[in-house]
Amino acid sequence: MADRRSPDDEAALSARLKQLGERIHEAGAKRRHEAEELREEETRRQDEPTNLAIALRLSSEFVAGVLLGGLIGWLIDHFAGTSPWGLIVFLLLGFGAGTLNTMRAAGLVAQQGTAEKKD
Amino acid sequence: MDPIHQFNISKIYILGHIGGYEISITNSALFMFAAVFVIIGGMLAATVRQSLVPGRAQAVVETTYEFVAGMVRQSAGEAGMKFFPLVFTLFSFILVLNMFAMIPGLFAVTSHIVVTVFLALVVFLTVVIYGFWHNGLRFLKLFVPSGVPVYILPLIVAIEIMSFFSRPISHSVRLFANILAGHITLKVFAGFVVLLGGLGIAGWIGALLPLALTVALTALELLVAFLQAYVFAILTCIYLNDAIHPGH
Repeated sequence: MADRRSPDDEAALSARLKQLGERIHEAGAKRRHEAEELREEETRRQDEPTNLAIALRLSSEFVAGVLLGGLIGWLIDHFAGTSPWGLIVFLLLGFGAGTLNTMRAAGLVAQQGTAEKKD
Repeated sequence: MDPIHQFNISKIYILGHIGGYEISITNSALFMFAAVFVIIGGMLAATVRQSLVPGRAQAVVETTYEFVAGMVRQSAGEAGMKFFPLVFTLFSFILVLNMFAMIPGLFAVTSHIVVTVFLALVVFLTVVIYGFWHNGLRFLKLFVPSGVPVYILPLIVAIEIMSFFSRPISHSVRLFANILAGHITLKVFAGFVVLLGGLGIAGWIGALLPLALTVALTALELLVAFLQAYVFAILTCIYLNDAIHPGH
């Protein structure tokens, strides 16, 4: 009789069913994982600006610090008559600030005010 | 043929004189008015007939809102949302001005440092005023990093203060320099095409290279135009974050 299955057949069928179910599950997990990776890569690529943009960003940060230091130093000298000491001191300070800006922009130093407290 | 000529400011209508200074509508001011008009008009036109399933224009406006709101929440936290109007205004204003500049023959407003410095100063003063109003003198903790030995603290504080005051400079110079440099490069390469094209058949073949470069540069400049508006807005958010939460 065709519709009367032996217990052996029944067991083999359920085992096969289980195996298939596992394979579907695995494939689904893999695909989900791949999609997630793809999305992550996509966001990373979007966040990563072109090399030119990075170069302009870092250089402008550095130049801004030095320019501001030079300007403040020159103004102090101009009005207080302390030439050349104001320019020397503030140019050096500006150099430090520019370096700090650049390192912050490059993500090497924590942002201003967000430094972890040492306990 | 002069690559700088495109940045010339020309008077269109003289309004009058205030204290010896001439007040006039220039091509720069005209394009700013146009940008404001396009932004407000576009927003109103896209949202006047709101539907649950957005049409094309409404989808653009909603995406822009979501984009900027996400940027503010991510960089300045939920408390930063009170500055959403400022950030959205800056982003849309700069983006539209940059995109105007990409249309041949139109004026690049953001290639003038006086415009970008003013925008950066608005942000800087907002940060300083809100920082002191919201936190009082605790705002000054921004300049005192924790865990620094006392004997180098004065130097570090001086450098931190300088770093803080150099922000509006780098903030404005970045936008201005990118747009200026991009437009000059485009003009120079496009000028090569015309120069070589005037030489006859051999020149036409030679002109193919700068022509291809001009096309590629135009695509790059479109990217830069968007990217710089985005960078300006996200830096605004980062700076505002300092005013909202100085020294966690």
